[in-house]
Amino acid sequence: MIQRRHFLRGAGALACSAAAHPFLTTVTLAASDGGRPLGDHRLVVILLRGAMDGLDVVQPQGDRGFAALRPTLNRPDALPLDGFFALNPALGGLMPLWQAGQLGFVHATSTPYRDKRSHFDGQDQLEAGTGNDLALASVRDGWLNRLLQAVPGVRAETAYAVGREEMRILSGPAQVRDWAPDTRLDLSPQARRLLEQVYHDDPAFLAVANEAMELGIDLDAEPAGMQAPMPELAGARLADVEELVGFVTARLRAETRIAAFSLNGWDTHKAQKTGIGRSLSRLERAILRLSQRLGPEIWGKTVVLAMTEFGRTAAENGSGGTDHGTAGAMLLAGGAVRGGKIWGDWPGLDEADLYDRRDLLPTSDVRVWAAHVIAGLYGIDRATLESAIFPGMQMGQVPGLIL
Amino acid sequence: MTPAEIAAFRFGYGPGPGMAITADALLAGLAKPDSAALAYPIVAGDDLTQMLSAADQARLAAKRHNPRDPALDARAIELDQAVIAASGAALRATLARAVAAPDGLRERLGAFWADHFTVAAPGLHRAIMPAAMAEEAIRPHLTGNFADMLTAVALHPAMLIYLDQSFSTGPNSALGKRKGKGLNENFARELLELHTLGVGAGYAQDDVRELAKLLSGLSWRLRTGFSFNPQKTEPGPQVVLGKTYAGDTLDTVREVLGDLARRPETATHLARKLAVHFVADAPDAGLVAALEGAFLQGGGALMPVYEVLLRHPAALVPEMAKARQPWDFLVASLRALGVTGDDIMAWPGKHLTRRIIKPLIAMGQPWKQPRGPDGWAEDFAAWISPSGLATRITWAMSVPETILRPLPDPAAVARGAFGTNPPDTVIWAASRAETRADGIGLVLASPAFNRR
Repeated sequence: MIQRRHFLRGAGALACSAAAHPFLTTVTLAASDGGRPLGDHRLVVILLRGAMDGLDVVQPQGDRGFAALRPTLNRPDALPLDGFFALNPALGGLMPLWQAGQLGFVHATSTPYRDKRSHFDGQDQLEAGTGNDLALASVRDGWLNRLLQAVPGVRAETAYAVGREEMRILSGPAQVRDWAPDTRLDLSPQARRLLEQVYHDDPAFLAVANEAMELGIDLDAEPAGMQAPMPELAGARLADVEELVGFVTARLRAETRIAAFSLNGWDTHKAQKTGIGRSLSRLERAILRLSQRLGPEIWGKTVVLAMTEFGRTAAENGSGGTDHGTAGAMLLAGGAVRGGKIWGDWPGLDEADLYDRRDLLPTSDVRVWAAHVIAGLYGIDRATLESAIFPGMQMGQVPGLIL
Repeated sequence: MTPAEIAAFRFGYGPGPGMAITADALLAGLAKPDSAALAYPIVAGDDLTQMLSAADQARLAAKRHNPRDPALDARAIELDQAVIAASGAALRATLARAVAAPDGLRERLGAFWADHFTVAAPGLHRAIMPAAMAEEAIRPHLTGNFADMLTAVALHPAMLIYLDQSFSTGPNSALGKRKGKGLNENFARELLELHTLGVGAGYAQDDVRELAKLLSGLSWRLRTGFSFNPQKTEPGPQVVLGKTYAGDTLDTVREVLGDLARRPETATHLARKLAVHFVADAPDAGLVAALEGAFLQGGGALMPVYEVLLRHPAALVPEMAKARQPWDFLVASLRALGVTGDDIMAWPGKHLTRRIIKPLIAMGQPWKQPRGPDGWAEDFAAWISPSGLATRITWAMSVPETILRPLPDPAAVARGAFGTNPPDTVIWAASRAETRADGIGLVLASPAFNRR
């Protein structure tokens, strides 16, 4: 996989099909109404699809086993965080947030998903927010949707989701809307009326079409600043993140309180140093832009949660990468985070300490951290969190994550 | 809808010229030689290897020349552009085959299996590889035995590169010991989870690991092509799903692939997948069981399975439960407009980009670039989303007039789209549109046209 810029530039004009992959992103947004049932606090959930290697992002350099497990991925240039852990340099732009107490990580955490190490089942479980006691297939809604169901007054019309691929984390009975930031729909009034007739007798199409026509027209009327220009396809590595985050922040500055989107490209089986660097740059840009565009006041009421389906093997594999594992890391950022910390119990990297003698051992459930964030931001009670939003999860005691 | 029209939507890309689609006719068409591949060829085999090799060598020569030599740089770029152009040509030929096909079943099956064995290109200089795999490893086995298709795919460079198998080394092989290299389990896992048994089947991490050891000799290099490299092969024996394999040869790899292809879990997995793709997101249990039975009884032969698919009553119900995926939507639209395969071959590159390549990206299905090795989503909601539908409506209203001037009567397009019985509402609305473009847009954006 040798790609040199020189040739990519030469090929730029023909790059469109490649540019959209593998970093297709999806945004899902949920809005609160004028009664402000979710108050002023904003929650942004970023799904890191493909299984981010937590050990590479937040490197346990104080663990005597780390360097031996990671001969090429152990980075001497990583940025010290707390004397034990060090941050991958590709996230170096976030150091000011760390120093300001607006960034923290949970390490050695995972969903309850175990053993099969399938991306697709792992992501389904992450988004469903379920344990292993319920058949996955029987769970039709995502945990962010169940949060909305638990809050009275979240109106259907003001709750919407935006995206090109499905975000199951927000799908369910509480209506949310999907939209991709670069979609436009421009119809004459007559064409629109006739289309409504054509869709009239097909309820599945009618509902989607009504939303499309409403959103297409509403969003076209959005003031400047929200309409980021279409990214040029060649070299659009960060332009699409800019557009995505521009859209999210415009919504969060208005009625929206909950947003979710995904950043892909974490399945680093090979040449991980380069691959994860690229994906981390995108994550870094997303977080920095969120903080800048929201401005100090709203950022101060915001939490960004970045989570992934599972971690990767403790040891490097035979090709400078890592294979599917179990526990990983989760990122918390935002002015509302009591950051500057690495949370979670560290299980160690000796072979006997590993899960299945190969993966970082999970010492906590990612849902617990998400639940404490939700409780801290929105005052949702423990019973609702443990029974409705994350059924079967025990919140336990966690030090205050939220200011 | 008549049974023939149902079959045209469900198993093809909509009605075509001289449509008379019965199960017998469809099966007979499949059994005939693959004339579409001859009419619209895709570069493959030695020609492809030679093209990639020349580009790689030119790139290397340019890189090694210090100081840089503008002539060598230009040569490298030129050959790289040729590789990229070949990828565009493969898309064009695939589109032309689908648009020109009398019924489209062969092309739909080709798309189904290419998606089952999803590969994406690791970069522009390999962008042709997914189409090459579809042509070389899948298409020749469409009507053959699943085990042969699986084997051809597993040994194809596109798969060996995409799922990193070429970079996996047995830790106790000669190379593994000398260089301290080890396994990469990516392909072994997806082989079990996606290509054969399915994630619900009873395999464990040890099976993944042992299978990865068995596969460790598989290797592809441009200079030498495919090889089974004993230098990186983990010494046997290995145990996969309870069976012991000697473990050091390509024959062992073929053996384990054959065994996996014929497992009952594989039959279950593939039967369900076919029914979900062609008939309904929640398919009839009797249909799935019948497909599974046909697969097992035929020892993995695919024609008996297709025969069940085309004849089973539950596969011929009039409810159109599936959404046409973006590629299907575009192909069916071009057929409805009367565009021919030869027209598509004559389109300038920028037209192909504007009419097809960019719309596919906007509709969420960029050509040969799915998000992961599980391929494209099947469920209705994944494709008929607000922005997905908005993009289809926009295409339907605005792109046909860039293809056909003057635009045909919307009623004629409706007949091309639906055959003899277009839905009344669609005809009613199309006849009231202010412009022909809007009228055609109403036909192509209608629910009936976007379901199958």
